[in-house]
Amino acid sequence: MSQKIIMLGNEAIARGAYEAGVKVSSAYPGTPSTEISESLAKYDAVYTEWAPNEKVATEVAFGASFAGVRSLACMKHVGLNVASDPLYTFSYTGVNGGAVLVVADDPGLASSQNEQDTRMIARAAHVPVLEPSNSQEAKDFIKFAYELSEKYDTPVILRTTTKLSHSQSVVDLEERVEVEDKTYERNVRKYVMMPASAIGRHLVVEERDNKLQEDGVNFPVNKMEINDKKIGFITSGIPYQYVKEACPNASVLKLGLVNPLPKKLIEDFISQVETVYVFEELEPVIEEQVKSWGYAVKGKEIFTRQGEYSANMLKKALFNANEMVFDKKEVPNRPPILCPGCPHRSVFSVLNKMKIHASGDIGCYTLGAVAPLSVIDSTLCMGASISAMHGIEKARGKEFIKNWVAVIGDSTFLHTGVNSLINMVYNKATGTVLILDNRTTGMTGHQQHAATGKTLKGQDTYAINLAELCKAVGVPNVIEVDAFDVKGLEKILKESVNGDTLTVIIAKAPCALLKGQKFPYKCVADAEKCKKCGMCLKIGCPAITKQADGTVKIDQSMCNGCGLCMNYCKFGAISKVEK
Amino acid sequence: MEKLNVMVVGVGGQGTLLTSRIIGKTALNAGLDVKLSEVHGMAQRGGSVVTFVRFGENVSEPVVEEGSADILISFERLEALRYAHFLKKDGKIIVNDCRIDPMTVVIGASEYPENIIETLKAEHPVYAIDGGAIAKDLGNSKVLNSVVLGLAAKHIGFTKEQWLDVVVNTVPPATVEINQKAFLAGYEHE
Repeated sequence: MSQKIIMLGNEAIARGAYEAGVKVSSAYPGTPSTEISESLAKYDAVYTEWAPNEKVATEVAFGASFAGVRSLACMKHVGLNVASDPLYTFSYTGVNGGAVLVVADDPGLASSQNEQDTRMIARAAHVPVLEPSNSQEAKDFIKFAYELSEKYDTPVILRTTTKLSHSQSVVDLEERVEVEDKTYERNVRKYVMMPASAIGRHLVVEERDNKLQEDGVNFPVNKMEINDKKIGFITSGIPYQYVKEACPNASVLKLGLVNPLPKKLIEDFISQVETVYVFEELEPVIEEQVKSWGYAVKGKEIFTRQGEYSANMLKKALFNANEMVFDKKEVPNRPPILCPGCPHRSVFSVLNKMKIHASGDIGCYTLGAVAPLSVIDSTLCMGASISAMHGIEKARGKEFIKNWVAVIGDSTFLHTGVNSLINMVYNKATGTVLILDNRTTGMTGHQQHAATGKTLKGQDTYAINLAELCKAVGVPNVIEVDAFDVKGLEKILKESVNGDTLTVIIAKAPCALLKGQKFPYKCVADAEKCKKCGMCLKIGCPAITKQADGTVKIDQSMCNGCGLCMNYCKFGAISKVEK
Repeated sequence: MEKLNVMVVGVGGQGTLLTSRIIGKTALNAGLDVKLSEVHGMAQRGGSVVTFVRFGENVSEPVVEEGSADILISFERLEALRYAHFLKKDGKIIVNDCRIDPMTVVIGASEYPENIIETLKAEHPVYAIDGGAIAKDLGNSKVLNSVVLGLAAKHIGFTKEQWLDVVVNTVPPATVEINQKAFLAGYEHE
């Protein structure tokens, strides 16, 4: 069978894992990696699951590999931080069945809290990294990653970036190859990482690095294209495409294996080309190593560490920049916002009204930081809302946090927030934790989690009851409330933030984008009754706009009918009508 | 055919993604190399969204850069203005003639520009259409994407049949008929 279709980079990665005979995959959603697991879940031959976090996912992949099958874990770059604990030692144990971690970096910060470079962690953990540059390579490289993993006895990272994960290009499909399970044998020296075993394995890791550096010279994933010998680029991944676009006649060494670097191949390339540039997004990982070998290549002194690269950027840096001026118009920004009907808006409108500060977390609700809601004061990483507020209380005392709450989503709470809550209970904390329970992992596009009652494959399963979970870890005061009940929420908040106990408020209402979540109404504004006070505009709903005469208008195609705005109109100018 | 660079822009939730996928598939079915770049995650939530489709004999980078787009399809006026500098000198603009105020305008931090279509016309051929009104007349205001795509299709190339073949096989099954009508309404729009 050979069939050419157009595929998203992430779909191609999933297809490659399927074709490679992968049997077990575990992941936590995170842009730009989410679609890998969603695509892989469509293949019946592969067991796929959402784990509560990336550490768990990586350990599941370790277990499956240890038991003898090809396994996969997928995550975004910051997810690898959570998974670092198992990764560093997985590097020591090596594999039985092949194991691959797909890690998606986000240069340009399309949907992330930082621009860290996965290759840095991979170098520190001594794990080989492959980096494809289009969908076809994404599929081919992950298959090669399993060969490498088994041949060199190591987990392998396939590194992708937003532009690769979320661009589509043509892919040639092949059949799945069923790989025979490896036999399981107890091997304490290899798999029980206590000091006596780990000392021995550390030596194995170093030998493996050296062997890969030598053998990598002949790996088919690296390609040398000698053209014009005056100018050459060492590059990999998506930046290769920018080089081909901007300098089609230049010589190029395109590295598929970016850790460890195939030293001899790089030296061979440098010896043939007059001026060599290292063109890599984010950190100078390749550049600094090549420079440390004594070669005068050029890199970050010309090209930035920040954001995504482009062909124009390369042309501007190397050629006549005067021709690259574009007439960009000054126009109002259009930043992302909470959707019409979003239950987070309702909660934030109350916090804003009560002038409460929020220690924030990772999710759509981060958008509550911007005007006009302006509620969130900090966002660090998954789970940090609760632990950061705990830190504030321990630093400044319980009176200080009496106008503070920690705000966290349901999926994020189960990811790592619950640990922070346990810490609050254990260490006698006071304060209010607000769980925004919208029954899904919203920002990444609606993935199931341990409290939704459905698995990644869509099967029914046990749904964790968040209120019972909080009570079970010892929270003395747990209150559930409808997220759209602004009066009820205000009353509960008044009591809890002024109290001297630990309170968890679970504000419940499904994400407005979930299927079947439309209200049976639309809201309409009556221009006669509107006093132009602008109070309804303060909730930041995109369906409500001010007209030239100062009265407001509600866009009927956008309005979701949640009715939140009605709570903020003192003059009864907004009413609900049936759809 | 020569390489063609198309941009599809709009406000998150307007369906730029589906539209660019239809364009990409049509080019692929015509035997061309295709690359398409999308936006997922936070940026999709009501923000300014841009997707790129490039096709020809051989395509390297998946994005269209400033000064290199042949066709800009915008589902909203302000977004057309925001990305107009991505067009080549003779690049064309297909714009859905509607206004969606960004939050910066709603809260009074900035003003929505006046006379956008006229400003754009001073530099480029502009084909404006009220896709929302046409879609509403057809019975479902959500198919405005297909109306705008229909109008753009005439400027992109390929045959009407090649386009409809992909539209029919890409949109949700229950909406095939109305999307077909919407596409043709745009395609035959003067």
